[in-house]
Amino acid sequence: MSIIPTLKKDYIYKLAKQGKRIDGRGFNEYRPITIEPGIIRKAEGSARVKIGNTQVVAGVKMDVGEPYPDTPDSGVITTSAELIPLASPDFEAGPPQEDAIELARVVDRGIREAEVVKLEELCIEPGEKIWIVFIDIHVIDYDGNLFDCASLASLAALYTAIVPAEKFDLGENYPLPMRGEPPISCTAAKFNNALVFDPLLDEEEVAEARLTVATDAKGDLHAMQKGLSGGFTVDEVKKIIKGAIVNGREIRKKLQESIEKVKQNDT
Amino acid sequence: MQARKIVLPGEFLGETRSLKAGRGTFIEHGKIYAMILGIFERRGKLVQVIPIKGRYEPVEGDFVIGIIEEAMPSSWLVDINAPYPALLHVSETPWDIEFGDTEKYLKTGDSIMAKVLFIDVEKKLQLTLNDRNLYRIRGGHIIEVEPSKVPRIIGKKGSMINLIKRYTRCRIIVGQNGRIWLDGDDKSIAKVLMAIKLIEEESVSYGLTNKVENLLKMMT
Amino acid sequence: MKLIDEEGRRLDGRRFDELRKIKIEAGVLHRAEGSCYLEWGGNKVVAAVYGPREAVPRHTQDPVKAVVNARYNMAAFSVDDRKKPGPDRRSREISKVTSEALERVIITDLFPRASIDVNIEILDAEAGTRCAGLTAAAVALADAGIPMRDIPVACAAGKIGAEVVDGEVKGGYVVLDLGKDEDNYGNADLPIAIAPRTDEILLLQMDGHLTYEEFEQALDLAMKGCHIVSKLQREALLNKYRPDLEENL
Repeated sequence: MSIIPTLKKDYIYKLAKQGKRIDGRGFNEYRPITIEPGIIRKAEGSARVKIGNTQVVAGVKMDVGEPYPDTPDSGVITTSAELIPLASPDFEAGPPQEDAIELARVVDRGIREAEVVKLEELCIEPGEKIWIVFIDIHVIDYDGNLFDCASLASLAALYTAIVPAEKFDLGENYPLPMRGEPPISCTAAKFNNALVFDPLLDEEEVAEARLTVATDAKGDLHAMQKGLSGGFTVDEVKKIIKGAIVNGREIRKKLQESIEKVKQNDT
Repeated sequence: MQARKIVLPGEFLGETRSLKAGRGTFIEHGKIYAMILGIFERRGKLVQVIPIKGRYEPVEGDFVIGIIEEAMPSSWLVDINAPYPALLHVSETPWDIEFGDTEKYLKTGDSIMAKVLFIDVEKKLQLTLNDRNLYRIRGGHIIEVEPSKVPRIIGKKGSMINLIKRYTRCRIIVGQNGRIWLDGDDKSIAKVLMAIKLIEEESVSYGLTNKVENLLKMMT
Repeated sequence: MKLIDEEGRRLDGRRFDELRKIKIEAGVLHRAEGSCYLEWGGNKVVAAVYGPREAVPRHTQDPVKAVVNARYNMAAFSVDDRKKPGPDRRSREISKVTSEALERVIITDLFPRASIDVNIEILDAEAGTRCAGLTAAAVALADAGIPMRDIPVACAAGKIGAEVVDGEVKGGYVVLDLGKDEDNYGNADLPIAIAPRTDEILLLQMDGHLTYEEFEQALDLAMKGCHIVSKLQREALLNKYRPDLEENL
């Protein structure tokens, strides 16, 4: 990792004490978000999401496989992430490192635990044949807050995905069966007693602790992940959850609009 | 006024019979070509290409803002935004440092204003703090700009940077390596940042000093 | 599979010497020092350049020049059947020949001990990704301000529509820039990369079956394709930086 200049850290701290951030945002405010589903033709579902300068492309591919013995009549989701050296001078080529694995697992949990993919409808022959849904996350440009960006891209890809039944002689293609409204992951970072949502890379570099919270449309919680070696007080955790619910509502609206647009174009 | 022309790598610029190849160019079979993306400039017989983007290329005698990467027993490794880290030896500091005590003076993450002492054929760089106005930087804020824009930010004989200082009353130090140190109250710093942003965006345009002055006037 | 119709048109309606639609954009990423986004037919490619920077690990350093590391990588979702993430033998080979092609034009002796890292990501693949990748990489290198003798460019030509009669290959047409089915069911593919200023060949691969005459024809066609794509590369770079000039005169 690159060296963090002490002056930069001091400056970010100093601004935070005055309630300010280096890019002029409020503590709870997100950078501009753009969501473009359906950009990869070869994928069953896909999306490019930008949060500020951070950019992620997620793709959904599907294959026919065998179910797990303990869930013989249920489809399977598997999520992978690559922190490719294209996205940052600090990312290295090679097998996924801890950071990429954590990213994939946090995104996976947010989606899985909200049970938005109807896995029971992805069974072809109980105990024999099911659909496997592969979510692959490709980080293109890294300026902080990969968790939220990758979650959003994965959701946009899933909600617009088409099951490729024809390719496997299993009848006509149909939309990936989804239920309910998407769960939204929101991440906050803590430094010098300040809590900021949607941290920039500069802020992540000086952050002591980080918390990602996935909430649904009702404001219920589905997945959380605390990261980095610092700690949170109970009050801080509660504050972040409340902020995640509020931000989640706005982001969900945006995601649903982008999904609707694709569906309208398809019909 | 003639438009400034952007040239691309490999673009033909002229013959060595009649012209002299300057920086940003190369010669092949008596012909001069651009070797980088940049702005074509001709001064008399000299043709050159001024870079628009690209890493800082250190030159001996440059004043640079460095960040300490690592303290070693008798020297420091310093990031100066160049392709290679630079070395600062204890003998090139004003301090009397015992072997192994380097961390007491400069530690990882500290910033310094230094001068490029020399560069060898393998591009190994050495810095010095033994000159006027070289020191460890305390307080303030450092921003980074494209190193190729530094000459515009400084202006002819410092005209641009002095203009900004006059209107904002900020303390500003511009490193040749694209790092700029700023100190002052938040409002003044915001003004400096706006002015620098304008220079960066319009670094190839004419009448830039007037534009910057108008912007600074508007903000006061 | 019939790749040419009665009127001599290709499956996607192109003429024999016609390229697929190409769109190039320079300087699209925030973090990289130079970057490019390119669409070529159904291919979507992003390329990013980092460096020159001190090569690590140290044993990879060359004391007299920079090393050029191109890394060609396909996204798992870029192909019909999901590809396992990470490099396979095919992508390693493409990375190698691409690195060598780019190294020829980069003025590497200016940066001893350094590496220039070129990352090519194939997001959507539809025949001809190595040419699309190298073409995008070259734009990203120029965008990063890397000193080069030229802006390299790649394009392929090939042969389609031949039939085998009694063990003899009959007929067939030499065409520019094979599309998806032409690549799968065609008779030969000849991807090349050149330095357009001198027409020096920087990359050349071939598979399939060509007579010597067909090879000459295909090479000529691929060269012509390269020069067309080269113009698009230049326009993309000028479009990125020229507006600064014109708006402010």
